[in-house]
Amino acid sequence: MNKIIEANFQAPDVKFFRIEAPHVARKRKAGQFIILRVDEFGERIPLTIADSDAENGTISIIVQGIGKTTKKLNTLEAGDYVRDLVGPLGTPSHVENFGTAVSIGGGVGTAIAYPTAVALKEAGNRVISIIGGRSKEYVILENEMKQICDEVYPTTDDGSYGYHGFVTGKLQELIDEGKKIDFVLAIGPIPMMKAVAEVTRPYGIKTVVSLNPIMVDGTGMCGGCRAIVDGEPVFVCVEGPEFDAHKVDFDVLTSRNRTYILQEKKALESFHECKLEKKIDEAVVEQKSAEEVTHA
Amino acid sequence: MPELTNKERMAIPRQPMPEQDPEARSRNFEEVNLGLTEELARMEAERCIRCPKPLCIAGCPVEVKIPEFIELIAVGDFAGAAAKLKEDNSLPAICGRVCPQEEQCEIKCVVGKKNEPVAIGRLERFAADWERVNLGIQAPKVAESTGKKIAIVGGGPAGLSCAGDLVQWGYDVTVFEALHEIGGVLVYGIPEFRLPKSIVKAEVEGLEKLGVKFQTNYVVGMTETVDEMLEHFDAVFLGVGAGLPYFMNIPGEHLIGVYSANEFLTRVNLMKAYDFPNYDTPMIDVHGKNVAVIGGGNTAMDAVRTALRLGASRAVIVYRRSEAEMPARIEEIHHAKEEGVEFMLLHSPLELKGDENGWLTSMVLQKMELGEPDDSGRRRPVPIEGAVEEMPVSVVVVAIGNGSNPIIHRTTPDLAVNKWGNIVVDGDTMKTNKKGVFAGGDIVTGGATVILAMGAGRTAAKAIHEYLQNPETW
Ligand SMILES: Cc1cc2nc3c(=O)[nH]c(=O)nc-3n(C[C@H](O)[C@H](O)[C@H](O)COP(=O)(O)OP(=O)(O)OC[C@H]3O[C@@H](n4cnc5c(N)ncnc54)[C@H](O)[C@@H]3O)c2cc1C
Ligand SMILES: Cc1cc2nc3c(=O)[nH]c(=O)nc-3n(C[C@H](O)[C@H](O)[C@H](O)COP(=O)(O)OP(=O)(O)OC[C@H]3O[C@@H](n4cnc5c(N)ncnc54)[C@H](O)[C@@H]3O)c2cc1C
Ligand code: SF4
Ligand code: SF4
Ligand code: FES
Repeated sequence: MNKIIEANFQAPDVKFFRIEAPHVARKRKAGQFIILRVDEFGERIPLTIADSDAENGTISIIVQGIGKTTKKLNTLEAGDYVRDLVGPLGTPSHVENFGTAVSIGGGVGTAIAYPTAVALKEAGNRVISIIGGRSKEYVILENEMKQICDEVYPTTDDGSYGYHGFVTGKLQELIDEGKKIDFVLAIGPIPMMKAVAEVTRPYGIKTVVSLNPIMVDGTGMCGGCRAIVDGEPVFVCVEGPEFDAHKVDFDVLTSRNRTYILQEKKALESFHECKLEKKIDEAVVEQKSAEEVTHA
Repeated sequence: MPELTNKERMAIPRQPMPEQDPEARSRNFEEVNLGLTEELARMEAERCIRCPKPLCIAGCPVEVKIPEFIELIAVGDFAGAAAKLKEDNSLPAICGRVCPQEEQCEIKCVVGKKNEPVAIGRLERFAADWERVNLGIQAPKVAESTGKKIAIVGGGPAGLSCAGDLVQWGYDVTVFEALHEIGGVLVYGIPEFRLPKSIVKAEVEGLEKLGVKFQTNYVVGMTETVDEMLEHFDAVFLGVGAGLPYFMNIPGEHLIGVYSANEFLTRVNLMKAYDFPNYDTPMIDVHGKNVAVIGGGNTAMDAVRTALRLGASRAVIVYRRSEAEMPARIEEIHHAKEEGVEFMLLHSPLELKGDENGWLTSMVLQKMELGEPDDSGRRRPVPIEGAVEEMPVSVVVVAIGNGSNPIIHRTTPDLAVNKWGNIVVDGDTMKTNKKGVFAGGDIVTGGATVILAMGAGRTAAKAIHEYLQNPETW
């Protein structure tokens, strides 16, 4: 059982949590993740460690509510507990002084990229951050990024804030301006990572992406997280999650991530119904207690 | 019952194990074998002729005092029988269920020369179950504290048995487990219908009562390295199992519908995907579909019988040798057949094919025939030229074995491992090349059996005890 110390929304459906996990906080490095289970009935899901505080024994995660588990997690508040939490898992980001590094985050991917951006800065890189969101309210961590990066460019699909267009448009613009870019880290939805890989490929810019396959144990025991990199199967939870973007088979990753699409829909529906029932129950209780008051 | 002559004993037929009806059980997850009644157990116990030099004991990897515990059952002292078993075997309720008795203790039984052998495993299970149900797990006496701390890495049978002995000898023992539940393969691999999780839980609770501490959600190597542990523990035992699934390395293994047996069984057993959406972890819906399981071991049998229970219309074992070479327990093969599992023997997968969305649709198979015996003495399967066929299939479960997980040795660079990644130990003491570190179970032997893992855990416990009395003797 791990206690939630702090919880607040950063964007619609995107919630920040600070959780007690002293063993994890002590060991974790940029690029690593945890696996947690919200409750006894819960699925094991991986989440990147956005930040940690070894002294206070806490880690931070930023969660986008997209399905049953993440939405259930996002209903928790400070003082609540998650049932299980294990980590740090995965191979830490490979960080060195490349020169100029561009960190690209799409949606909640910005949270996943953030710790590595910090590490890149600490290693002496000039760090440029591109933060993508659907619209203004989905642009997250802009202030945090500004504190550590040399340049920060928000982008929105609808043009409601910053650069109007996709993160790849902004990246291409920077390349076209003649900026010397030595390293790109791109984390976000698979189509975004795939598109970034295609932008940098002709220029031979070293590009790293963080893969998000479906996981169970996160220790190399089940093989469910396998992806194809450089034509070979790899277990992402142990060998990754970061890989050379130019070698990843994104189509296999996309299709494998759709494995449980029917079940996910069903789970989400049952979750909403359950919440609805709870609301109705609460309403009934309220009504009953109101009645009791009038009867008394 | 009056004292019987050996002749009379030999004339008693092996007592049948009451079991669930195949038709019903092939659709539920409840235990297949129901256990002997007291009458059946006592009758079965009478079949043992109490050999003065019992050959059966030599067949048991931990040398359970077989005729002694059986005699106690015969006279109705079931508690005494359970206590006798526990002198050598700390997990009799589990071993009685899952040991490959037909090639260990029972194959050596002299009664088996003419008749069917004494059902040692079933009697073992009976005594252990009787104790658990009637008395609760009996806690042995714990010695005075030695003030020494021991870390056990991995909560499988190797780790649990090592912890059980050490705690009795007065050590402060903590078991560190990567998953959220204790038991290793006993909880994530072997299904409920063969080994109810409540039995494993009772054993774990028994250890807890003795004072063993359990730290789940702790991946040694990642959460803390072995070297860091040695700073605050007097000894470390590594019982991390063989948890790295092999795939076949044929085209199409990335398709949706291809599972390793570990993933398939973990989703169902540990995560309870069969009860989705009450439990959140999903599983591909196999209702009305064809499921093929590649392999011929216990893992393959567990996976294929699980597929049936999940509603598969056809559940097929695909094995490249013949039935005689199958490593699975005979009882499991027999049960699988009764339940309607099909066997495609002498077939080896060549390729998996899928549709445009990446879903598995069929499997291409090479037919084989048996050739000359190989190094292991088993006849080697060789392809029959041109004999290739295609079979429609929606889910394939790959159950061809496990290698060793790299996390421990990658994070403990000076720990000696062989070319397969198995930790190298001294066979008598389970000592590794690293001072204060012992190892045993599947991580040392490669995938083996529960009883061997348990035996290794106990051998290590003894060696740890000796080492900690004279640490300078390493
Ligand atoms: C290494 C890694 C780091 C991640 N870090 C973050 C993070 O910091 N913040 C964040 O919001 N999300 C992160 N994710 C994604 C997050 O794990 C998924 O969004 C979550 O599992 C979805 O679960 P669900 O039940 O809410 O949604 P579902 O409706 O079950 O699934 C939605 C989609 O999420 C994916 N998914 C489903 N189950 C799993 C699973 N067990 N493991 C992985 N993916 C799954 C599938 O592609 C699925 O289509 C990370 C994923 C990985 C692999
Ligand atoms: C499906 C299946 C069916 C089987 N059926 C039978 C049978 O009928 N009869 C029989 O005798 N044998 C059977 N076996 C084999 C038997 O289960 C194993 O030989 C036995 O469990 C090995 O015990 P162990 O303690 O060495 O390892 P395991 O049982 O594998 O336990 C190891 C534990 O260590 C944990 N771990 C791993 N790495 C770390 C780490 N870095 N930090 C912390 N914890 C870690 C794992 O999560 C696991 O819980 C079967 C195996 C399988 C997979
Ligand atoms: S532990 Fe296994 S091999 Fe030994 S007597 Fe019991 S069933 Fe037989
Ligand atoms: S060999 Fe058979 S008959 Fe003899 S003691 Fe052992 S179980 Fe009894
Ligand atoms: S999640 Fe099971 S091997 Fe990676």
